Amino acid sequence: MRREKVDVLIVGGGAAGLAAAISATKEGVKTVLLERDRSTGGVLNQCIHNGFGLHVYKEELTGPEFMERMWDELKEDVIRPNYTVLEIKPKTREVVTLSEEGLVIFEVKALVMATGARERPLSSLQIPGSRVAGVYTAGVAQKMVNIYNRLPGRKVLIVGSGDIGLIMARRLKIEGMDVVGVVEIMPEPGGLIRNVVQCLEDFEIPLWLSHTVVEIHGDQRLNAVTIAKVDKNKKPIPGTERKIKVDTLVTSVGLIPQNELIEGFVEMDPINKGPIIDEFMRTSIKWIFAAGNNVAIHDLVDFVYEEGKIAGYYAALISKNEKLPDSDKRFLRGQNVGVLLPQRFSQKKSFKIYLRPLKSFKKSILKFDDKVIRKFNWRIRPSEMIDLVVKDFNNFGPNVTVEVNEID
Amino acid sequence: MIKKMTCISCPIGCELTVFVNGEIKVEGNRCPRGLEYAKNEVTNPKRILTISVKVEDGVMELVSAKTDKPVPKKMLHEIIEYIKGLKIKAPVKRGDIIVNDILSTGANLVATRTVLKKD
Ligand SMILES: Cc1cc2nc3c(=O)[nH]c(=O)nc-3n(C[C@H](O)[C@H](O)[C@H](O)COP(=O)(O)OP(=O)(O)OC[C@H]3O[C@@H](n4cnc5c(N)ncnc54)[C@H](O)[C@@H]3O)c2cc1C
Ligand code: SF4
Repeated sequence: MRREKVDVLIVGGGAAGLAAAISATKEGVKTVLLERDRSTGGVLNQCIHNGFGLHVYKEELTGPEFMERMWDELKEDVIRPNYTVLEIKPKTREVVTLSEEGLVIFEVKALVMATGARERPLSSLQIPGSRVAGVYTAGVAQKMVNIYNRLPGRKVLIVGSGDIGLIMARRLKIEGMDVVGVVEIMPEPGGLIRNVVQCLEDFEIPLWLSHTVVEIHGDQRLNAVTIAKVDKNKKPIPGTERKIKVDTLVTSVGLIPQNELIEGFVEMDPINKGPIIDEFMRTSIKWIFAAGNNVAIHDLVDFVYEEGKIAGYYAALISKNEKLPDSDKRFLRGQNVGVLLPQRFSQKKSFKIYLRPLKSFKKSILKFDDKVIRKFNWRIRPSEMIDLVVKDFNNFGPNVTVEVNEID
Repeated sequence: MIKKMTCISCPIGCELTVFVNGEIKVEGNRCPRGLEYAKNEVTNPKRILTISVKVEDGVMELVSAKTDKPVPKKMLHEIIEYIKGLKIKAPVKRGDIIVNDILSTGANLVATRTVLKKD
């Protein structure tokens, strides 16, 4: 066992962790980034499609390009691959890790959590049928195809129309699989409309909205699935069942923020499913910061990058014993607001807030208490995170209720 | 003629209403790229293709790649089949041109990641 002292320790080397490393190293503090994989980049590695970086690099990049641009930006060699963080001890500020050299304990001044998200498994859908081979989450299928050059099967049905599902429908089709369609239990697609257009419509892949998988058939390998239409309460409608022969099922039913390392002692937000944070990306523990998909699920890497930069910068300040203002003000969720961050703020500087409406609205307004902050003349949807810069807080009390309402 | 479509030039996905009567007019776009997109969509729809190419002697078996300009949608299939037949040698650097002017579309196929040589 070895011990090492560092100023800023970053856990996870996806977009959030790399961005945090870029800004922390600029402050001249001793920074170390731990990544359990053999290289950094996180999900960007396998996302070979484009749509990344329009805000940050003003160019439409693919995932690997965005990743390598961050590598170029990171001037110091602070990355330690093949390090898995096992435990964080809040009292002693120790971080226990396992690597090729065995156990290493880091004594840290500040910590940035950037552990990302994992995929929700098929079992969370509770579909009857035996456990068979041929069922993959979209992320696993994406890794097989884009990194390891393996096709998961011949004929595939995709469950869930989140972006990963839509992107994989196209990807598997391009690689020569027979993609029979995408089923979505909700009446609206879960992913961005641009992905419905360029991944499904362009490749003539059918999208069955208000449909779900009700049974999985097969002995050892999957050989068919039964799908059915669902009613308003998402209950399958008897008589609408249809059996489809496929040897592969790819599921894309959402991501879950990964917070096992901190949820025991950091205040959590039950809606975001991540830590409660302030405009400095600081959690309820003064020296622990967080950024990226572990804070809340993001659809744009650019936002993840911005958060990582903020977290790395303020973590560096804390490690230099600088004081940050108290974040004693709160945002409260009013009508129609789902994911919302930050939840706390100090009102000292302008900052960005992110939110997702709970429903889709054609035209809407966003209010803080009773004051209209923004008018949306375009459709807003739960699948697209809204970002806005907040400047002036002088007219608000310590609790600000955020709400979204439909207008004519 | 009036057409409804979604601009796919960026993740915002504006809902466009396109009026095609001689001159093409667009409503619903939040930036000029929406107009550009709609014009292309009614005349000759084009897409950036992202794909991977087999690599020999590399630390990875595949290198991800993209066309550096949108290519005609109706040629996508042909271009995909062509790329599937390719195999290049490591090392490959991000930005390297893998195929010049692919199938005379005016677009190059460029590598979107770096794949070092296996040692
Ligand atoms: C399929 C897909 C398509 C997407 N498409 C787009 C798009 O078109 N445009 C766009 O802008 N965005 C897109 N996104 C979103 C964006 O890419 C992600 O939100 C962003 O990259 C997430 O970054 P992250 O750093 O939060 O998480 P991750 O990339 O998941 O990184 C987390 C890292 O932490 C490491 N880690 C976790 N636990 C530990 C531990 N205990 N010890 C050490 N290391 C650990 C993991 O190995 C991983 O490398 C897409 C995402 C996905 C999944
Ligand atoms: S019109 Fe502009 S803002 Fe709207 S989707 Fe197209 S590129 Fe994006």
